[in-house]
Amino acid sequence: MATKKIYLYPIWIRLWHVINAMTFLLLVATGICLHYASADNSLIPFQISVGIHNICAIVLSVNYGVFVIGNVVTGNGRYYRKWRKNLWPKLWKQFLFYAVGIFKGEPHPFPITKKQKFNPLQKISYVFAMYLGMPLLIISGIGLMFPERISNTIFKISGLLFYDVLHIIVGFVLSLFLLIHLYTCTLGDKPGTLFKSMINGYHEEHE
Amino acid sequence: MRNPTIALSGILLTCAFSLCAQSVDTTKIKPAFREVNEYVDDNENCLRCHGELKYIIENQGRVMTELMCPDRVINRDAYYSGVHKAFSCLDCHSYEFEVFPHSVEARVTEMLLCMDCHGYDETFSKYHFEDIEMEFAESTHNMPEFTCWKCHDPHSYKAFMRNADDIEEAVLYDNSMCLSCHADFSRFMLLTDRKEINVVESHSWLPNQVAHFRAVRCIECHTEINDSILIAHKILPKSEAVRNCTECHAKDSRLMHTLYKFESLEKRKVGFVNSIMINNSYVIGANQNVHLNRLSLIVFGMTLLVIGFHTYLRIKKQKKS
Repeated sequence: MATKKIYLYPIWIRLWHVINAMTFLLLVATGICLHYASADNSLIPFQISVGIHNICAIVLSVNYGVFVIGNVVTGNGRYYRKWRKNLWPKLWKQFLFYAVGIFKGEPHPFPITKKQKFNPLQKISYVFAMYLGMPLLIISGIGLMFPERISNTIFKISGLLFYDVLHIIVGFVLSLFLLIHLYTCTLGDKPGTLFKSMINGYHEEHE
Repeated sequence: MRNPTIALSGILLTCAFSLCAQSVDTTKIKPAFREVNEYVDDNENCLRCHGELKYIIENQGRVMTELMCPDRVINRDAYYSGVHKAFSCLDCHSYEFEVFPHSVEARVTEMLLCMDCHGYDETFSKYHFEDIEMEFAESTHNMPEFTCWKCHDPHSYKAFMRNADDIEEAVLYDNSMCLSCHADFSRFMLLTDRKEINVVESHSWLPNQVAHFRAVRCIECHTEINDSILIAHKILPKSEAVRNCTECHAKDSRLMHTLYKFESLEKRKVGFVNSIMINNSYVIGANQNVHLNRLSLIVFGMTLLVIGFHTYLRIKKQKKS
């Protein structure tokens, strides 16, 4: 069986992706330790968690800036546009493939091409994660990093409470996204195929 | 004259008023002062000098204006709104102070302390002054010349914490007491030969220092918890101060036994652990929301279940083919 190879992930995206993944994993781990902090049992001590969380947050934020600028400069941003066109029928089609078609050996309804890097489900989740979730996470994180600068009250509640709850909720949703993202990455030809793509830059699939 | 003491006092008083040329300025007496104090006019005999930043003395026609020692300046507004607002100066200070210049004997007279009036008195039992005295005896502050007045200025002290509507304001008031010496070396060195302390530097290990200083009192970490009194007075040596973040940043937060201990009206917020804190602040680790925690675990668990089931079906399919 012939293998189709498409160069989809240039070096800057792969570097951005690996930094994003590493920092995000550390942020999730330290974030959980901070949220469930306890004097008796803590996987990572509170003070160390604060240090790691702050450093990773800065790296992630700068890296996010690289992502946004890179998308504008290199044209990679085109993969995230026009996500609303025929959204619901496309999402349903993709959902049915993951829910049923994949077990019947049906072909991918939206095969990956140079023009179409993401399927509709990927596209919408990436758009929301990167252009809504990440900014909210970063802004609320900056607020928590400089708590003396934020308003005392927001919507009639403590400013700190508002920023913290927002940060925790968005952080949790993005962690969930990460979990699903990791799983869907095993849905290539072989469980490791898509992970390999993010290392060598080539998307591979049997024709 | 039968009583020579009265005669002498009369002569000295006449002499005093001729020396102290500062006249009583009635415009400085606010109507509100009279509402809380019967001795406002009497007190003005002292406050005409001690209520000002400068005083004027006159002798043999020569007039001199001098700066009042800052420690001896009484702010009228603070005095008439403090806990001792109803007092006459002479309730606590010797009558000898009516004479100016004040005699050395009067100036070195032993001052009344809290316990002289408040100790072992049923009227004040709810304040547990006896327990406070015991705590102070074990405190690092227990050193020569250190009295209650070093922190609690009797001319302005307010029971802020007990009646705190605004915790942040109470924290500021409380911390100002500590910083009046610990951030002012000229006062600090009066009691110790230690080097000057730089509070900001010595707390550089503390993340978000400003937020911490604004939200909690120094005594949260620098005292031993005592369940019987509102405010702990056993100041611990520096080496024993709390440095473990999770003492506060945890479900069983230390702050519930210190800062928020006797908060009378707990305005609960739906589902938050130690919810009283979030009226004024948010303490990471201590203010988890149980509903959000549960919901996140359910959603996370369900996602794992779906992934697990999907994986199982994939494996099954692969085995078949």
